[in-house]
Amino acid sequence: MSAHKLTPASMSLARVPGVAIVLAILCATFGVMSPGFVTPANISNILSQSTILLLLALPMTLIIMTEGLDLSMGAVLTLASIALAITVVATGSATLGFLAALTVGFCFGLGNGVLIAALDIPPFITTLGTLGIAQGLSLLATDGQSVVGLPRSIEVIYSGSAAGIPLPVVIAALAYALTYALLYHTRFGTYVFALGGNREALKLAGISVRGMLIRVYVFGGLMAGFAALLMTARLNSAHPTAGIGMEFDAIAAIAVGGTSFERGNGWLFGTLLGVIAVGVLRNGLNLLAVPSSAQVTCIGAIVIIALFIDGLRGDR
Amino acid sequence: MSSTPNIAARSRFAPSRDAMQALYRLLAVALLCIALTALSDVFFTTNNILNVLRQTALLFLMASGLTLVILTAGLDLSVGANIALSACLAASVIKATGSPLLGIATGIGCGAAIGFANGILVTALRIPSFIATYGMMWMLTGITYYYMAGDTIHGFPPEFRQLGSGYLLGVPMPVYVMVLFLLIGWFFAQRTIWGQQIYAIGANPVAARLSGVPVERRLVLVYAVSGAMAGLASLIILARINSAQGDIGEELTLPAIAAVLVGGTSLFGGSGSVAGTLIGALFLTLVLNGMNLLQIHSSWQPLVTGVIILLAVWIDNRTRRSDA
Repeated sequence: MSAHKLTPASMSLARVPGVAIVLAILCATFGVMSPGFVTPANISNILSQSTILLLLALPMTLIIMTEGLDLSMGAVLTLASIALAITVVATGSATLGFLAALTVGFCFGLGNGVLIAALDIPPFITTLGTLGIAQGLSLLATDGQSVVGLPRSIEVIYSGSAAGIPLPVVIAALAYALTYALLYHTRFGTYVFALGGNREALKLAGISVRGMLIRVYVFGGLMAGFAALLMTARLNSAHPTAGIGMEFDAIAAIAVGGTSFERGNGWLFGTLLGVIAVGVLRNGLNLLAVPSSAQVTCIGAIVIIALFIDGLRGDR
Repeated sequence: MSSTPNIAARSRFAPSRDAMQALYRLLAVALLCIALTALSDVFFTTNNILNVLRQTALLFLMASGLTLVILTAGLDLSVGANIALSACLAASVIKATGSPLLGIATGIGCGAAIGFANGILVTALRIPSFIATYGMMWMLTGITYYYMAGDTIHGFPPEFRQLGSGYLLGVPMPVYVMVLFLLIGWFFAQRTIWGQQIYAIGANPVAARLSGVPVERRLVLVYAVSGAMAGLASLIILARINSAQGDIGEELTLPAIAAVLVGGTSLFGGSGSVAGTLIGALFLTLVLNGMNLLQIHSSWQPLVTGVIILLAVWIDNRTRRSDA
């Protein structure tokens, strides 16, 4: 890809207004147009609904920073959710179910990472292939039907709350803190920045580029496993099409949040705001009774506009 | 990825190597045919062979336009969603006007317009092709579902249905369309300056630009052609199954990409051919047809297609590395 200059700090600051303005405009618009929007119940609802997306968008930000992409995330999320539900129904143990979801995520993350890093297959085509594999496995495991009959202990993970804060929000906050620490306060995080901006330097410093790339994708798979726990709890069931296309919402959130798709320049807080913006958009359109098909079109348009603006910034 | 070595030296040796590669692929197709004949009584019957040819034609039409895109080191993930919208619009127009010709013009026009939009996103807005066409895919899916609102449009005039289910001299009509576009595609890619410029863009965009190739205009053309071919394919599906729904063609994107890659066109651009894609389309159709005949559940199809894509790219990577 093109070798632009890496200017992390100045870029991040220049982006603060962008996504914040988008978010403010969305909130103002929906606040005026629909009376149910600015209520404590709805705001708590938006936050809870955004948590699953955040769990996908956090690792996806790191992946995109390495000039990669993971199109399989929605399908892996779905398969992990099915593995979780089937295990819980069979054994009655939520812990085993959670482990099953994490295992599915780990295996797909590792598979993606090895194909991309060791076999040099471009990320978008690798994850398109594994998307097909995960989708096929989901259909095979369920025969196209929902997996139902989960115990209440699962549902509580989404509907419960700790100290008045919804449990999913607590989980998402922990995930954000973890990713933040990983990206900005560990050597691994520094390598992630270098993987996108300056891979040669990493090689010259004797770091295994392949190993680092594999770790980034494994992180993505594991987070998809975590997200599966929240999604299964929210739906109180698993369905073979439940998470299809979620990776696109995540990509939209990241694009709006100002992470660059070409220069390995990422901004985690922007992703957080982007996720909330996508959540607000979906919620607001739902309140206005806009069909979900039209919502997808809106989000597609937003991705393209955000990338266009990103391209303009790159020109300067 | 790696820089192109010596283009002159490479093209001097290219024909023999490409011929060998094509031979291997034909061998794989032949082996698949033998295996299927042994495994299934139904495979080697006139009806099934004609069916395979008809499906190959459909997949080839989609994949031939996509081949040009991949030759420029780009990707078009929106072909399946393009088929859905083009088919639904064409179906509405045929229903409203009763004119198959207007319907055909709508299908191809809609497909080309979507492709043109992709081209603009990739060139003027400089969005990487896989992400631009991925965004386009979701936008189109949304528009189609919104437009159809769960409805089905069915029942088209017999003269339109000829395009998909008719026969001429015992051979299905789509096969003639396929042969026609194979010849056009071969001539365009190998024997015209524009075609050669497309190879040049894929092999080395900077060198192509420096030697005066209008890179942006050729790229827009390539995406528009890919879209138009998807529009054409949508008409053939429409004429064959005689109804249009919002999810029509959705599952065809992966097989079309797989057909191009199995056909030997490299994801990194600059090498491959439309004729190779025909072999790839035949291979994919045989695999999917064989799975049907052996009564393997259709849920296996995305899985198998995904594995084929990964294997094809991996093999391509290995042969490129051994060349270097």
